Amino acid sequence: MSLHASVNPRHTRLLTGNKAAAWGARLADVDYIPAFPITPQTEIIETLSAWTDAGEMPARLTMLESEHSMITAAGTAAAAGARTFTATSSQGLLYGLEMLYALAGWRVPLVLVNVSRGLSAPVTLEPDHNDVLAARDSGFLQIHCSTCQEVLDSVLIAYRLSEDRRVRLPVIVNLDGFYLSFTREPVTVPEPEMVRRFLPTFDLEAAHLRASDPQSLAVSVLGGSSYSYFRYEVQLAANRALDVFEEAASDFAVETGRFHEPVHAYRMEDAEYAFFMMGSFATKAMHAVNRLREDGLKVGLIRPRLIRPLPKAHLRRLAARVKGIAVVDQNLSPGLGGVLYSELAGALYDLPTRPMLVSYVGGLGGRDIKEGELARMIDEVKLAVDDGHPPPPRLLYSEEELRGIRKLQTIANRPRPPEVKA
Amino acid sequence: MTATVIEPRSMKDLPAEHLLAPGTAMCAGCGGLEVVKQVYDALGENVVFVNAAGCMTLLSIYPFTPFRSSWIFTAMACAPAGAQGVRDALDVLIARKKLPESEDLKVVVLTGDGSANGMGLSATSGCMDRKLDFYYLCYDNEGYGNTGQQSSMSTPHGARTSTSKGGYPGYKKDLFSVWAAHEPAYLATLIGSEPLDVAKKVARAQQVKGPKMFIALAPCPTGWSYEAQDTVELGRLAVKTGVWPLKEYVDGEVRHTKKPKQRAPVDEYLRRQGRFSHLFRPRRDEAALAEIQANVDAYWADAP
Repeated sequence: MSLHASVNPRHTRLLTGNKAAAWGARLADVDYIPAFPITPQTEIIETLSAWTDAGEMPARLTMLESEHSMITAAGTAAAAGARTFTATSSQGLLYGLEMLYALAGWRVPLVLVNVSRGLSAPVTLEPDHNDVLAARDSGFLQIHCSTCQEVLDSVLIAYRLSEDRRVRLPVIVNLDGFYLSFTREPVTVPEPEMVRRFLPTFDLEAAHLRASDPQSLAVSVLGGSSYSYFRYEVQLAANRALDVFEEAASDFAVETGRFHEPVHAYRMEDAEYAFFMMGSFATKAMHAVNRLREDGLKVGLIRPRLIRPLPKAHLRRLAARVKGIAVVDQNLSPGLGGVLYSELAGALYDLPTRPMLVSYVGGLGGRDIKEGELARMIDEVKLAVDDGHPPPPRLLYSEEELRGIRKLQTIANRPRPPEVKA
Repeated sequence: MTATVIEPRSMKDLPAEHLLAPGTAMCAGCGGLEVVKQVYDALGENVVFVNAAGCMTLLSIYPFTPFRSSWIFTAMACAPAGAQGVRDALDVLIARKKLPESEDLKVVVLTGDGSANGMGLSATSGCMDRKLDFYYLCYDNEGYGNTGQQSSMSTPHGARTSTSKGGYPGYKKDLFSVWAAHEPAYLATLIGSEPLDVAKKVARAQQVKGPKMFIALAPCPTGWSYEAQDTVELGRLAVKTGVWPLKEYVDGEVRHTKKPKQRAPVDEYLRRQGRFSHLFRPRRDEAALAEIQANVDAYWADAP
């Protein structure tokens, strides 16, 4: 699949990632939108609010007083049978983190769009993936997008996935702040009729809170046995979600011609080296792949769309073919390094022959990853493959950037910290 | 959801059988459970309880529940937000004709004083600001009872708790006034030892749309250190001494529903509880007792 699938000009508009997310909710004909503003997500709820106010969407939008309350209200509304959409970013996602675990345990289907933004401190508005990866173990499934088209499509696919009786888990659809949230790209908006074929109406029979069928939800358990049982149920459902995602993606492709596989493989047919990245920066890697191939290097890109469930078999199939992989993490787990590196290494561990993995951390707080840096990574991976030793994990930072920060420190009039040998 | 509910006039009008089944995990003599039972009877079974972390979380333990109605546990800070989600969902589903009106539910938040006075206050304030049509029952046992009675913002001055062994230095937060400042549709204090007063207030609340808020003093044998059979007696003493005023807020006015004609001295209430025993033994702490009495007197001097 190319970066921008072929488009029907009749239904193609220039949309930001935020607008595309809002269109996803609108086309899914959601009933309920609990909302709270936070940059860079706010445009999503402003768009939806304008549509509900104008009567263009029959949904109810309620402004809550915090993301914690917003996520709670989303969960209880879904439990009562409303198709529910909500969105947040960064601090908001973490403020409500407790409830992400709760909602997964309630087994309520809904879609939460997270517009990634680096976490405080220091305070930034620009993106990286530490926010969404903090929700990695919550039981929410995670779909990561790298184009505005994918944002819209993923919201629709996420509802199919979430509401499927084999799954019934909430889903996060992730897009990067600024790079996607505020960037306009051509987006094909599907016909409502097509969406109705793809996404059946919410199955009210599966709703929990109704007068005619009282239920106790999210009750206490005594002892580890009951607790483990329900936690394992979440694990089994999340595992089943991989097949359900592929089914939904296939049906979606039949309707739209756009096929969103669990893992996007770009020019991997004959690749010897690959980038492993997710999100919007993966499109930079696609560009780098094209340039490196012009130089005669057989390079490709492995981009997981699904992070939970982790599509291990897909990753193994793709990774087993290559000699080395540059894993580029737009997140940092201090004391470990990149999270995706560990995820991929774990997925590949039991392969008889494993590719060399080299770990890079970059793009934190929206810091660009330049094409030159990407090309350099492949050089290093090649070298590591040739001499059999991976270099230590790299934190991407240039000398020019260091000079820049030194200048800022001079202005801040702080004594220079002692040099740390890397 | 409003309905014409007939106000009971005497104890004979109260139901002889309760909706809440017996045999829960609550402590013997729980004053909170006493009032939950009465409020539930008055509301009827078409309700969903939205619970925050507290003693009552142990009412529904898998696979048992004493309720004939739905129940959802949220977390400590967000039960009112949970009520918002349910109410909004039912409203929009009924408006979109996806649900028949017969599936509608009264949404009832059930939390302790720890949640209500502390981390749940933001969510409560939000729901009142939005004029959410819901009920909120706070059972106020004046401390974090479920974890062994540490002091909360609702602990009264001088009470010994497991984090204030020498007596709580702070003063009980006036949650009634905090809530009243939001101008809810209905607001009242309750106590389980006055079941007719409870039933009348819940009946009145059901006539109006919007936030319907209740704070029930919940005598707590384990947290307050007294014998379980004395819960009703302590409740009566709380009212008789004027320590727990029974009142309601309607249309901007506060009205007392039971004004003790001759208030008994606060000693009578305090000395029945182990949590205040240090004020009496080894010798009477006259200064502390006088201060508590003066605060109660000052309240009633201004009481409407």
